[in-house]
Amino acid sequence: MTLPVASPPAPASSRPRRTTYLTGPGILLGAAALLPLTFLAVFFGLPVGGMLARGFLPEGSLNLSAVPEVLGRARTLRVLWFTLWSALAGTLLTLVLGMPAAFALYRLRFPGRGLLRALVVMPFVLPTVVVGVMFRSLLSSGGPLGGLGWDGTWVPILLAFVFFNLAVVVRTVGGLWEGLDRRAEESAAALGASPWQVWRTVTLPALAPAVVSAATLVFLFCSTAFGVVLTLGGLRYGTIETEIYLLTTQFLDLQGAAVLSVLQLVAVVAMLALAARTRRSREQSLKRVGARAAARRPRRDDIPALGMTGVAVAFVLLPVGTLVVRSLRRGGGWTLENYRALTDPDSTPVLRVSVTEAVMNSLRSAVDATVLAMVLGLIVALLVSRRPRSRLWSGAVSTLDGAFMLPLGISAVTVGFGFLITLDRPPLDLRTSPVLVPIAQAMVALPLVVRTLAPVLRSVDPRQREAAAALGAGPWRAAWTAEAPVLARPLLAATGFAFAVALGEFGATAFLARPDRPTVPVVIYQLISRPGAEHLGMALAASVVLALVTVTVMGVVERLRVGSVGTF
Amino acid sequence: MLELDDVTVRFGATVAVDSVSLSVAEGSVLAVLGPSGCGKSTLLRSIAGLEHLDGGRVCWDGRDLAGVPTHERGFALMFQDGQLFAHASVAENIAYPLKLRRVGRGERARRVAELLELVGLPGYGDRRPTTLSGGEQQRVALARSLAAEPALLLLDEPLSALDRSLRDRLAGDLREILVSTGTTALMVTHDHDEAFTVADRMAVMLDGRIAQEGETVDVWRAPVSRQVAEFIGYETFVEGEAAARLVRGADGVGFDGAAGGVLALRRSALRVDEDGSLSGVVRRAVSVSDAVHLEVEVDGVGEVAALAEDPVHHPGDAVTLRLDPRGASRLNDARRL
Repeated sequence: MTLPVASPPAPASSRPRRTTYLTGPGILLGAAALLPLTFLAVFFGLPVGGMLARGFLPEGSLNLSAVPEVLGRARTLRVLWFTLWSALAGTLLTLVLGMPAAFALYRLRFPGRGLLRALVVMPFVLPTVVVGVMFRSLLSSGGPLGGLGWDGTWVPILLAFVFFNLAVVVRTVGGLWEGLDRRAEESAAALGASPWQVWRTVTLPALAPAVVSAATLVFLFCSTAFGVVLTLGGLRYGTIETEIYLLTTQFLDLQGAAVLSVLQLVAVVAMLALAARTRRSREQSLKRVGARAAARRPRRDDIPALGMTGVAVAFVLLPVGTLVVRSLRRGGGWTLENYRALTDPDSTPVLRVSVTEAVMNSLRSAVDATVLAMVLGLIVALLVSRRPRSRLWSGAVSTLDGAFMLPLGISAVTVGFGFLITLDRPPLDLRTSPVLVPIAQAMVALPLVVRTLAPVLRSVDPRQREAAAALGAGPWRAAWTAEAPVLARPLLAATGFAFAVALGEFGATAFLARPDRPTVPVVIYQLISRPGAEHLGMALAASVVLALVTVTVMGVVERLRVGSVGTF
Repeated sequence: MLELDDVTVRFGATVAVDSVSLSVAEGSVLAVLGPSGCGKSTLLRSIAGLEHLDGGRVCWDGRDLAGVPTHERGFALMFQDGQLFAHASVAENIAYPLKLRRVGRGERARRVAELLELVGLPGYGDRRPTTLSGGEQQRVALARSLAAEPALLLLDEPLSALDRSLRDRLAGDLREILVSTGTTALMVTHDHDEAFTVADRMAVMLDGRIAQEGETVDVWRAPVSRQVAEFIGYETFVEGEAAARLVRGADGVGFDGAAGGVLALRRSALRVDEDGSLSGVVRRAVSVSDAVHLEVEVDGVGEVAALAEDPVHHPGDAVTLRLDPRGASRLNDARRL
C-alpha cells in the first residue's frame, strides 16, 4: 500500500544513531502500550484464536486430520492455483503499465502532471466493492466493452487488480525515481553507455528495491483480494480469501476455513518479511539520494513512455466514466432515478433501510473507527519509534512493531467471523452491539496508521531531542519540540487514510453489520447480488456516492503534500 | 568546576571511554582532542547525561550528577551540525531556553537581539535556519546555547562541518565569545588547530583514554608520546645518530642525541635556507596557498618533511635546510614508539 509518508530529512551526520536510555516517559510509554496491546489481544487475538480453535480443535482436542483433507480437495487446489497465477499475472501487468507511468509522472515535467498523478493514484482508495461494480458496468452486456464477452470470465478480475494497484507501483517506484541523482546516469553515458545500457546497468539497479517492494505489495493485495473477486468472480473464480468466506458462510466448513486462514497467514508473513527486507535496503539507498534530481522536459524518445502513461490514464478513466454515465441512465434515457431511489427506504425489498441511511451508518462507523485507530496507532507509532538502549527493551519494541502488522496478514473474513463466534458470551457479549463494526474497521486501519506515522517519527534525528534536553527542556517538552512539528501533517494524512479504509472496508463488515444497520459497501454488494436493472442502477449510484466521499477525503489528504515516498 | 573521576562507558564489549579523569576550572576552556572513534563524543554525551556511565563519576562543584537528567544539569550541548529546530525561526530557536525558563517576552526579545549581535548576525531573527549557511547555523546554535546561560557549555566538533577558511575565522570568533562571556566550556574536536585556537587546556584522547593533558601550549610543544605527537601535527620522527646530525649546529633544541629518545619535528621545523647546515635532495614538492611542502632526502638522516617559501624547487634539486627549534620536540618516552 502506498502511504503518504513524509520523506525523511537527509541525515545530517553519517554517524550511526546513538541510543538514548529509557527515562521516565519511556516507562510511562511502556505502560501506555497496555492499551493497544489489550485491544489487539481482545479484538484480534481472541477472534482469530477462536476461529482457529474451531477449525483445529473441533472436539476440544487437537485434530489436524483436516489439513491434508482440505489441501487435497480438487476445489482447494483450483482456488490456490487461481490465487497464485492471477496474483502473479496481476503483478506483472501492473508493473508493465506502472513503470513507464512512474517515469513520465515523476521524472518528466509537463503541464497537467499533478492532475494525472492524482488520477492514477485515485483507484487505490476506492472501496473494493465499488471497483467491482465499475468493471461489471464496463464489461457486462450493455456496457461500452460488453461486446468483448469478458463478463463472467477471469479477465475482469485481472483488470481490476491492475486498476486497483497501479497506484502502488507508480507511487513507490516514482517516489524513489524522483529523488534519484541524475549524475549517476550522466556519468555512465559519459563513459560510453547507450541509453539501454544506462537503464540496465544504472537506473534499474537503483530502482530495484522500490520495484521489488512494490511488486511484493501488489502481489500481496492481489492474492488477498476479497471485495473485487467476490463481486466479479461469483462462484466460478475464487481466491483463498473468498474461499474462506464461502466455506464459512455457505458450507459452515470451519475446519477448511481455518486451514486456509493459517495457510494465508504463513504466506503473507513471508511476503511482509520480504517487503521489510527490501525496504531496509531501500532506506539505505534513499540516504544516497543527491540534490540534483530535478525532472526535465519531455524529449522525442520519451514518446513511448508518455504513450503508456496515456494508456494507463485511459484505463483508469474508462471504468470510472462508465460508472458515472451508467448511474445516470435507466431504460435507455438519462435520469436521476437511480439517485432518487437511494433516499427511498421502500425502493427495493432487498434493503431494509434507504441507501442514504446506509451512508450515514458508514460515516458514523468510519468516524468511530478513525478515532479508535488514530489513538491506538499514535501510541503504537510513538512506542515503535523509540530506540531503547537495552537489548531487552529494543527486542520488545520490534516485537510490538510486528504484532501490529499482523492484522494485514489475517483474512478480514476470519477476523469478522471470529468476532461473531468469540465475542458472543459474557463478559464480552457484543454480538448485537453496533460497536463491533467500527472496532473491526479500526483493526484493519491500524497497521496503515502505524506505517504512516512510525517512519516519520523514526526520521527525526534523536539529537534534536537531546539538543532540547541540553537547553533545559524536560523529556516530554523535548519530545514535543523535536517531534510534534513533523508529525502534524502525517497525522492528518493518516486520519484521512484510516477514514477512507474504514469507509470502504467490506470483508469484516460484511459479517458484522446488522441487517438494520448496513454500511454502503454492504448495501452495494446486496444490490448487485440481485437481478434487475433497478438494483444495478442503484448499486451504480451508491458506488458513485461512496467513491465521491472517499476521493474527496483523499483529495484533501493529497493536498497536504505529505510527500510521495511511502511503503510498508 | 567540572570533575570527571574514572568515567567509563561501554558499548557491549567495546570500551568507548576508559577510566577518564579530567577537570575543567570555572571560566576556562578545555579541548578534548582525538581522532574519530576515540570516544571523545561519548565522553561529552556522558557529561551531558545522554549516556549511561558504566563506572566513575561526573561531578559539578563537588556534587555527583548521577541520576540528574540532562535537562536539569544546566549544561548546554552544541552539536556538530547545530541541530537547530527547522520549524522555528532563528529568533525562536535562540529564545527556546529563555522560554523554558519563563523569561518575559520583552526580556526575551532583548536577549535574542543581544546574542545575535554577539555572534555577528544582527537582524537575522526572522530568518529560517534552512536559509542560513553552515557557518551561520553554527553561530545561531552557539547563540542558542549561550542563551541558556549554561554553567558549562559542551561543544561537539562545533566547526568540523564547515569549510576551512570559515573554520579558521569562526574558531577565532568562538574563542573571543567564550572569553568575553566568561563561559566554562568543554569542546571535543579532531582538529588540533581548532583546539589550539579555542582552548586554554588540551587533553589528547586516544582509544578511550586520556594520553596527555595540560596547557595547550605545553601539549603543543612537548607531546609525551609519538602517538600524541603524530596527532597534533608532528610529521617526522628521527632518533639516534640521525637525530644528532639534525640538531647539530642548531641552538636551543635541548636534544642530546647520546641520551637516546626520539626527536619529533613539525614540517615548520625544517625550512629551506641558503645558509642552512643540512643538505639534501628534493623528492617531492607540493604547493599550498602560502608555502611549498617538500619531502627532502637529507644525507644520513632519511626523508623528512620540510617547508619552502617559494615554488622554485623541483624533484631532484639539491637544497639546504635550517632547523627551527620551535617546531622540534624531544619525546622522552621511547617505549611508546
